[in-house]
Amino acid sequence: MDAIILQILNGLDKGSAYALIALGLTLIFGTLGVVNFAHGALFMIGAFCAVTLSRILNLSYETIDPNKTDFLGNPAKVKTTYVEDWLGPDMGGAIIDWAVPLAILFSIPVMVAIGFVMERGLIKHFYKRPHADQILVTFGLAIVLQEIIKYFYGANPIPTGAPDVFRGSFDFGVMLGFDPNAIIYPYWRLVYFAFAAVIIGGVFAFLQFTTFGMVVRAGMADRETVQLLGINIDKRFTIMFGIAAAVAGLAGVMYAPINSPNYHMGMDFLVLSFVVVVVGGMGSLPGAVLAGFLLGVLESFASMNEIKSILPGIDQIIIYLVAIIILLTRPRGLMGRKGVMEE
Amino acid sequence: MLGLNKRDFSLLLIVAVLALGAPFILNPFPTDSAMAQFNAGYPDLMQRFAIYGIFAIGFNILFGLTGYLSFGHAAFLGVGSYSAVWMFKLLSMNVIPAILLSVIVAGLFALLIGFISLRRSGIYFAILTLAFAQMSFNLAYSVLTPITNGETGLQLTLDDPRILGVSRTADGSIPVTNLFGMEMREFSTLNVGHWSFDFSVGYYVCAVLMLLSFYIAIRIFRSPFGMMLRAIKSNNTRMTYTGLNARPYALAAFVISGMYAGLAGGLLASMDPLAGAERMQWTASGEVVLMTILGGAGTLIGPVLGAGFIKYFENIFSKINDSVLHSWFSFMPDGIENLLVTLVHPFVGKGWHLTLGLLFMLVVIFLPGGLVEGGQRIARLFRRKKPDDAKKSTQSTPAE
Amino acid sequence: MGILEVKNVNKRFGGLQALGDVNLSVAENSVHAIIGPNGAGKSTLLNVLIGKLIPDTGSVMFQGQSVLGRKPYEINQMGISRVFQTPEIFGDLTVLENMMIPIFAKRDGVFRMHALESSHNENEIIDQAEAMLEDLNLQDQRHMHSASMSRGNKRRLEIGMCLAQTPKLLLLDEPTAGMARADTNNTIDLLKQIKDERDITIAIIEHDMHVVFSLAERITVLAQGSPLVEDTPENIKGHPKVREAYLGETAA
Repeated sequence: MDAIILQILNGLDKGSAYALIALGLTLIFGTLGVVNFAHGALFMIGAFCAVTLSRILNLSYETIDPNKTDFLGNPAKVKTTYVEDWLGPDMGGAIIDWAVPLAILFSIPVMVAIGFVMERGLIKHFYKRPHADQILVTFGLAIVLQEIIKYFYGANPIPTGAPDVFRGSFDFGVMLGFDPNAIIYPYWRLVYFAFAAVIIGGVFAFLQFTTFGMVVRAGMADRETVQLLGINIDKRFTIMFGIAAAVAGLAGVMYAPINSPNYHMGMDFLVLSFVVVVVGGMGSLPGAVLAGFLLGVLESFASMNEIKSILPGIDQIIIYLVAIIILLTRPRGLMGRKGVMEE
Repeated sequence: MLGLNKRDFSLLLIVAVLALGAPFILNPFPTDSAMAQFNAGYPDLMQRFAIYGIFAIGFNILFGLTGYLSFGHAAFLGVGSYSAVWMFKLLSMNVIPAILLSVIVAGLFALLIGFISLRRSGIYFAILTLAFAQMSFNLAYSVLTPITNGETGLQLTLDDPRILGVSRTADGSIPVTNLFGMEMREFSTLNVGHWSFDFSVGYYVCAVLMLLSFYIAIRIFRSPFGMMLRAIKSNNTRMTYTGLNARPYALAAFVISGMYAGLAGGLLASMDPLAGAERMQWTASGEVVLMTILGGAGTLIGPVLGAGFIKYFENIFSKINDSVLHSWFSFMPDGIENLLVTLVHPFVGKGWHLTLGLLFMLVVIFLPGGLVEGGQRIARLFRRKKPDDAKKSTQSTPAE
Repeated sequence: MGILEVKNVNKRFGGLQALGDVNLSVAENSVHAIIGPNGAGKSTLLNVLIGKLIPDTGSVMFQGQSVLGRKPYEINQMGISRVFQTPEIFGDLTVLENMMIPIFAKRDGVFRMHALESSHNENEIIDQAEAMLEDLNLQDQRHMHSASMSRGNKRRLEIGMCLAQTPKLLLLDEPTAGMARADTNNTIDLLKQIKDERDITIAIIEHDMHVVFSLAERITVLAQGSPLVEDTPENIKGHPKVREAYLGETAA
């Protein structure tokens, strides 16, 4: 029993990332009808927003502290960050420590701006082109984006820590009446899951309860009719693209402490997120979220030793296997609408 | 000639001359000159031109003709490589049985995957092939280690049986791949003045097979079968209402292109007898997509051009480092020299992928026909002066 | 006994009775039109005829064989060719190639692996295709990409591609929808010529009364999913029920 709970928990953080990326992909596909292979790159750029902010906050100058000496006996150089200098060691130190959560604020305008530029500058011209062209051009864009990041940040993963308070793990087992250490779970992963839930809830609420969201939902259902009503749907779709980019970016920012950001993390997640979208059903937002969590948890179950001993290698292929089965038996996915991309 | 019309035959002839003369053509600069680094005429690189040319020609038979975008073709390349290495381990170091087995195994594998994946089209087909390839890749890394030797990759060892050959040579080393005794790595160098040209057995084996593949591709393009494949791409509805079953046509194209990929994989292993799982990764599948589209999907010569272009840049462009750049711009004043080096730096050397990505985007946006369309447009610009010729060229475009 | 027999066909979509007790008999070598106001079930009936939709009850027999549940290419091989509302042709292929494909399909069946033969050597097929293009007055355009033809010519080509297979039944779905008057008249003339010169049955689903009355020998009027009347054009013109069904529509 405890093992099962542990696996569910383990699947949640990856599932959250899948769900957030798939949500953005589906928003873009549902509103704009564009298959965006560069969406993983947006996730990756989000993670590097966290890296960047943490680097900015750690900018420092050196002073010579006459009271200290280094191991050679020379006066020691001491680094002081500007933030600490301006705000005092306590406040400054706290801000540096909270670099990743603060990067949320930093990343939103950055990601929205990137989203706008992408949509207006490139994607817009591909609405009427075949899906294969859309895949190809965004695939090219993904390569370009990841190479730019690689140029500036190098090829190695960059460890980016969570705030001190969230380091360490939470002993779930004790709370549920199991032995201590039966189910331990890092705090930050809990934070990530909660964060994902809030974002997903926020996006759904936004679509459900605002006029803007209503128009966009109508546009997803029937673009031409909405346009006939004289509503400038294109402008709203641009904004939607910005939002989808921001969602992917936020997912990336908060993922930085879980997995040290590297330039190809976007591609790694993209392939799986596409599978998630397809399993959930092209164009279905709840489907994307559901499939994201489902596949995350399924993946973590498949990596249990008990299961691996019966079906060796299943952990490596489970997601793809599920995707293939769903595509063949139910091409609409779990919750897809009829007639979307069906032939 | 050879069942081809005049145009196609001259195209084949040009490709043959280029391929057979490649050791000369790709080494235009004297070995001691500053430009020598742009020489591509060394066996290792020339072999890759030919092998990836075959891979792209095959991919084009599927994507260029039927429009089915497979994101998992590297799986067949990988399977081909593994088959060939196993043949070297078990049977003999002759490349013929190895290559035959890789083509057959890749074909069977493609038949299985194609049969399932072709139940869907469009993006769903792309995802299905991607999923199959990723599954193969992940399995090759993990459970299938007894067959694939996992992360290390499959290699030859001294105690392989090699029924028709020897486990180890007289001097106790692993025998090398050969074609009836001619070793693949053998080459002779011809020195003419400051120039030097390498003629390698391995390259010529690849080149001949590439020409054969190219010839078969031309035949397929010009056959009624090829016409049916183009019909699938153009209008699947009309295709089925014309009494044709599109599925076996697409499957046949899929299997043929899988066999081409298997041949390429077998050749890779024949030139260098090891096979690793990374050959099957989806980025490798992406690469052949890039090659085909960059060169011109649906055209005969495009994929070969694309493969050559990408492999050339991968090997030559990536060698340009800052000191090379400084030497180029050294005639300028220092300030401008440094500025230019800084500006160019991100796009060359390790950053060549950035150039490739940008180039690919530009091609998809502005030149959907790839380099071939680019060439045609330039040719048309020159021809515009003579209206008669222009008319002829538009008339002949439908026949490609 | 007609060449196409529709018996007691019913089809419901949820609460909507799309087709109710449809009985229809198309006589061999006749031109039979199916008309009716919007929403009368014409498209549903057409989809049943070509096997795309399987009705809840009833049968559709073509020359004594059921068409229900068959794949489009099987239906075509039985001898039914279909012309679509918007011309479905191979836009990326040349006009001549467009015409060759149906002839190949007739000769070789649903699939043949002729990968190493040359299509330039298929003289018989090329000759047949050229002759057909000649009949259609399209021979000047034979090396053009068919996508760049005019709408009317695309329609001619599509009809020609169907005829090239010498089908027993030609199904036309609003063949003049969205066409200019000249193109419409052109198409009518072509269909008249076909009717006079060939042994062929034509079933036409049409909105435009001008087309229907210039071609049809028998007319079935559908209303709300069921046949209202079936008669000759002369009798249909004055039929009170038909006027009623159509007045509702024209008034709206």
